[in-house]
Amino acid sequence: MSERKVIDARGSFCPGPLMELIAALKLMQVGDEVEILSTDQGTAKDVPEWAAKVGHETVDSGEKDDHWFVVVRKAK
Amino acid sequence: MSKKVLIVGGGLAGTIVANGLCRHIAPQMRKGEISITMIGTTDTHMYQPGLLYVPFGKIREHELFRPQRKVLDKRVIFHIDPATNIDVENQKVTCKSGAVHEYDYLVIATGSRIMPQNIPGMEEGGHWFYDLDGARKLRTALDTFEGGKIVVNVNAPHKCPVAPLEITFMLKEYLQGKGLWNKTEITYTYPIGRLHALEPVAEWAKPAMDKDGIKYETFFNTKEVDPDAKTISSEEGVTLNYDLLVTIPPHNGAPVIMDSGLGDGGWVPTNKTKLLREGSTNVFVCGDTTNIPISKAGSTAHFEADTVIDNLASILTEGRWARDYDGKVFCFVETGMNTGTYVWFNYTTPPNPGAPSQMIHWFKLAYNRLYWLSARGLL
Ligand SMILES: Cc1cc2nc3c(=O)[nH]c(=O)nc-3n(C[C@H](O)[C@H](O)[C@H](O)COP(=O)(O)OP(=O)(O)OC[C@H]3O[C@@H](n4cnc5c(N)ncnc54)[C@H](O)[C@@H]3O)c2cc1C
Repeated sequence: MSERKVIDARGSFCPGPLMELIAALKLMQVGDEVEILSTDQGTAKDVPEWAAKVGHETVDSGEKDDHWFVVVRKAK
Repeated sequence: MSKKVLIVGGGLAGTIVANGLCRHIAPQMRKGEISITMIGTTDTHMYQPGLLYVPFGKIREHELFRPQRKVLDKRVIFHIDPATNIDVENQKVTCKSGAVHEYDYLVIATGSRIMPQNIPGMEEGGHWFYDLDGARKLRTALDTFEGGKIVVNVNAPHKCPVAPLEITFMLKEYLQGKGLWNKTEITYTYPIGRLHALEPVAEWAKPAMDKDGIKYETFFNTKEVDPDAKTISSEEGVTLNYDLLVTIPPHNGAPVIMDSGLGDGGWVPTNKTKLLREGSTNVFVCGDTTNIPISKAGSTAHFEADTVIDNLASILTEGRWARDYDGKVFCFVETGMNTGTYVWFNYTTPPNPGAPSQMIHWFKLAYNRLYWLSARGLL
């Protein structure tokens, strides 16, 4: 498995978790994974939805303590 | 031995830090105990928010610039000699001329820049206003625009989160003024599922666009532009036709950050409350070049710079940490040529903009003029 990057977007109101993820994916190689941490519940739904739309893979997602996390693998 | 503070980057963040620090440590500077050196790329300082008005001919170009030497406190040693390598292990910065500057404390404030070249066809097919050359070309394009389809296209990451909405509403009023609005269709595209990263701003923008007949396309991340066919396509599979493409291209940080191995894309991994580079205790990072997940904006640079000044001054004079950064961001939003609103938030307080008013618009115009006072550290 390639490296996994973590974006701690907890408390990020602007640009917010999905924008951070989109920016991060641009700098990653196909096959790399990124884990996004968010205090916004919407992330758990928005990120997998967007990833599916664009063709990236959601590897894992869920709730941990006070935040939500989603792991995405860059697929193209 | 005298302590050396070195600042790389003479934009907003670097300049506020340099000037503010001079005032806090004036006695130590007078005695030669501490020196402050800045490394920059040009002898002029550009007021970037003013670029928004260039395409509409609403600001004269010379108003955007001041000599950097005049904006900087006299006590700051200033070299126009771009940094080519930042060596945080050996505490030294090498410049284009070959000069090497050693430091005890470093402040990295090299900002962000547009990268239209990162998207196929964007340089050839797009217009933008995020640099002077682009803003001039857009002004020329608008001068000859006779109606048609305009796409305002927003890409991530980008600085100044509100500028894309501002240009959209300003375009509408400009074209109304020229009697071209009934021949024009604007489509605004945004990377995520709403019209702006900030939820309340998005909630305000949607009915405002609906009222004006401005179309929008959310979840639009640009894949490519075809300058011949005049189309722009998204990763999500949508293609739009355009006669005039006004884009906010994706950004990167400065090349020197990447070349020095200090961060992918030129974004320096930075502790979000200490503003120290991850892994360093004497390297502060300030402004657009941090990887902190908050808005890349002048106000962010300003609030961060104030925190860096307090901490550096405190460490240098009393050997102690002063305070943490709370993530504060404040933005004026131009909602048309004559009205504006504002919004602020931090790591724990969500944003909540007030109703647009003419007074806030005038306040923003006044703030445009006050920029130079704030760069001097007087605000
Ligand atoms: C069109 C537009 C409108 C905007 N409107 C607003 C607004 O209304 N409100 C707001 O808050 N913000 C606004 N901004 C954003 C704001 O201008 C930036 O966020 C702010 O300037 C960031 O400050 P900074 O010091 O990090 O970067 P900058 O001010 O960009 O400064 C970085 C400096 O580093 C220098 N540098 C780069 N590489 C090197 C090197 N190798 N060696 C030495 N120096 C180097 C650069 O030359 C530059 O001078 C706007 C920006 C644009 C483009």
